[in-house]
Amino acid sequence: MITQMLFSRHEKKILWAVALILLAAALVPLANLLIPEGSFFHVPGHLVPLLGKYLCYALLALALDLVWGYCGILSLGHGAFFALGGYAMGMYLMRQIGDRGVYANPLLPDFMVFLNWSELPWYWSGFNHFAFAALMVLLVPGLLAFVFGWFAFRSRVTGVYLSIITQAMTYALLLAFFRNEMGFGGNNGLTDFKDILGFNVQAGGTRATLFAATAIALALALILSSAIVRSKYGKVLVGVRDAESRTRFLGYRVENMKLFIFTVSAMMAGIAGALYVPQVGIINPGEFAPANSIEVVIWTAVGGRGTLIGPIIGAVLVNFGKSIFTAAFPEFWLFALGALFVATTLFLPKGVVGTVQQFVASRKEQRQADAVEQAYRDKAAAETESRLASLEPQAAE
Amino acid sequence: MYRAIQTFLVALCLLVSCLATGLRAQEDIRPLVDALGTGGFPQKIEAVKALAASGDAKVAEILQNLSDGKLYAPKTGGSVYLAAPTDGAYVDVLTGAPVADAPGNLAKIRLNNGLRGAIGAALSQLTLLSPDRAARLAASQDLLKDADPNNLDLLNAALAEEKDAEVKATMEAARAVILLKTDASAEDKKAAIGTIAARGNRDALTILTAALENAQEDLKPAIEQNIASIETSLAIWDVAQNVWYGLSLGSVLLLAAIGLAITFGVMGIINMAHGEMVMLGAYTTYVVQQTLHAVAPEMSDYSLAFAVPAAFLFTGLVGIGIERSVIRWLYGRPLETLLATWGISLILQQAIRTIFGPTNRQVDNPSWMSGAFDVGGLAITYNRMWIIVFSLGVFIALLLLLKRSKFGLQMRAVTQNRRMASSMGIRTPWVDALTFGLGSGIAGMAGVALSQIDNVSPNLGQNYIIDSFMVVVFGGVGNLWGTLVGALTLGIANKFLEPYAGAVLGKILILIFIILFIQRRPRGLFALKGRAIEQ
Repeated sequence: MITQMLFSRHEKKILWAVALILLAAALVPLANLLIPEGSFFHVPGHLVPLLGKYLCYALLALALDLVWGYCGILSLGHGAFFALGGYAMGMYLMRQIGDRGVYANPLLPDFMVFLNWSELPWYWSGFNHFAFAALMVLLVPGLLAFVFGWFAFRSRVTGVYLSIITQAMTYALLLAFFRNEMGFGGNNGLTDFKDILGFNVQAGGTRATLFAATAIALALALILSSAIVRSKYGKVLVGVRDAESRTRFLGYRVENMKLFIFTVSAMMAGIAGALYVPQVGIINPGEFAPANSIEVVIWTAVGGRGTLIGPIIGAVLVNFGKSIFTAAFPEFWLFALGALFVATTLFLPKGVVGTVQQFVASRKEQRQADAVEQAYRDKAAAETESRLASLEPQAAE
Repeated sequence: MYRAIQTFLVALCLLVSCLATGLRAQEDIRPLVDALGTGGFPQKIEAVKALAASGDAKVAEILQNLSDGKLYAPKTGGSVYLAAPTDGAYVDVLTGAPVADAPGNLAKIRLNNGLRGAIGAALSQLTLLSPDRAARLAASQDLLKDADPNNLDLLNAALAEEKDAEVKATMEAARAVILLKTDASAEDKKAAIGTIAARGNRDALTILTAALENAQEDLKPAIEQNIASIETSLAIWDVAQNVWYGLSLGSVLLLAAIGLAITFGVMGIINMAHGEMVMLGAYTTYVVQQTLHAVAPEMSDYSLAFAVPAAFLFTGLVGIGIERSVIRWLYGRPLETLLATWGISLILQQAIRTIFGPTNRQVDNPSWMSGAFDVGGLAITYNRMWIIVFSLGVFIALLLLLKRSKFGLQMRAVTQNRRMASSMGIRTPWVDALTFGLGSGIAGMAGVALSQIDNVSPNLGQNYIIDSFMVVVFGGVGNLWGTLVGALTLGIANKFLEPYAGAVLGKILILIFIILFIQRRPRGLFALKGRAIEQ
């Protein structure tokens, strides 16, 4: 039944998007590994992790769209869930280094040896198993979101207040992870990874596989999101977004609904972070910076919130632009990003996808209206004709 | 009148007795001086000490000459003579008169390291009598530290002549410490303990703790009691110091947040570019200062007086520009306003970085804002004090503007019921623009203050924006008093947590506290009471 729910009744465009992403998951690694260098279709090795990074961002933006686009919760702290997922993966990768670190300590990562720590802190135990780390990638952001949301939604903290305290949350985590005493590498974070599941993270094959894994994760997340949004629960969620009090008065437990979607979204963000870290090769406290979380919001806004596909397009577009801009005119990137924020909110409040949808919908409506009018006219004409026809004999009399 | 005559007479008597002491001492020390030329180094060291302890005004000069190698004495011992600066003649050490019948076998009095050390120590004690106040203070503080009982007579002499209250207090403390080491009477020692305890600082605590170990049994209770009372008073001063630091931080937060309280609290606009307005204010200060340096260097001490209105006007105009061009299209969509103003903040930051460069700019403190003074156990720096005064001044001015002026009335009317206010003839778009300009202008003035205590860099505003939001949200939206209480509470709480948890952890704890607090009271400390289920 669940599979039926997951794979049926999706909008056609979601299925198209999933197909496209899966196609990329197959084609990019193939084009990188099989097509020889120099060919036009060859994807160079350095591009694969870059594309993988875009897809991680796309997954993060999709996660934000679930809460912002469909439930009206503007979280300015989704970067924190992303970074927590990343740290969980980073801890696994650190443990895989083993005695190949600079200090060649079989148990302790380099930064702990440097700080003169003698044993592994308790919260690092278990991270040498991939399965445990993968579980933590889901659990840690999920739990944080659950606890945070449980407090926030129950006491009806909404709107900008919620935005501000989510920002305070990620800021507090930023400060905390900068501390060496926390045992997460402080300022430098976790880096210098060697292996993932026994494969070298630097190797082309591993990178291609990681890209494929990211694309598949994104496709699955898109299907899951679409299933949630199109379910009855999803419809009520939109109700919460548009008229929270009315939904509550209709008898729905608004806080539970928000809590569920917030937690699911945080877990998705955690997965995005976990896939991001091995491809980028570092995770540091900078990922918790409030500015990062706000940037995610702008990807979602540019693409179009409440459309699921929009955030994916937005994240890839904006980050592609960022790569080009920061290489060509590093001075102007912040001007461009700032202008993007302003222009999107002023002129494209529905985003690229939303605007296109609106345009298409209005065209469709127009066409339907035209058709209805045409039908009405035809009917009226026919009626007049028949009435005229029925009148004719009288006229003849 | 009678009193004046009495004072005059007393002063006269003192003067005469001083002079008499001086004359008498000059002849008294001749044997001491002559002892410098006799015997080996140990005897000479003793002679230097004796000379220093005599407390005579001439001693410093004599010792200096000795250390410069200008004193001569017969090899067999006897009177000491000073080499005249010009030819090979000799003069009297004390009077400076030429000596005709100097013996022929005079030789320079030689020095070794031990003797040089003794001269150095003696000279530093002698500065107790120096006419320079700072030198006396330093010397008496040195004496307080090493408290050599041999210096007691010298100290008594210095005390008799000392007029300056602070130096005198230090000397008295030093005398008391020395008394504790000698075998003075129990009464004297008790008085000495009282003198030390009256200083009430950490040094006094150390001295008394050290004295406790080798004191007589009957003195111990007195010492212990005094130690306890000093500890209590130190603890109280510590609290006071923390409160002061907290007030100082709180006033900075208040300055940064009060403009936000206007835009966020009164207008409901989330202005993420608020921090950049603060930053612009700081850069305005820099520009004003540079201009004054170039145009009228003699006025540069008053540059802040020009910077405050300049920053207010400039950031206020920028604010009005932002409101007219961007924000007015977004009323009723607070989340979008947040994004747009964030974009503006990025643009402003990058603009400043492009114009002024990414490095910190130097903004000088005027002379009346540097330095510090002590109140009891508190060290109060002038710049922090003026910032507290300034932020309270801004707060009161703003309060008066809101409650007493026509513009304030219109502003409150628009806040409470926009359509009704509009019907009564208030030009609501103008009020919106001016309100936003006011909030931004106040942020600019905050920037002037922050330029005095923080680095002026393009990132200046980023450091304050989250804290400012915390203050406004904690204090309660739409209420200036809430902002005041919120800023001071958070400032003080932060400084009280710092000694226990460290600066970073303290800040994290505060953030967590606010996050939890908002769950309890979603509308802040001073929430506007109303019956609406949502805003």
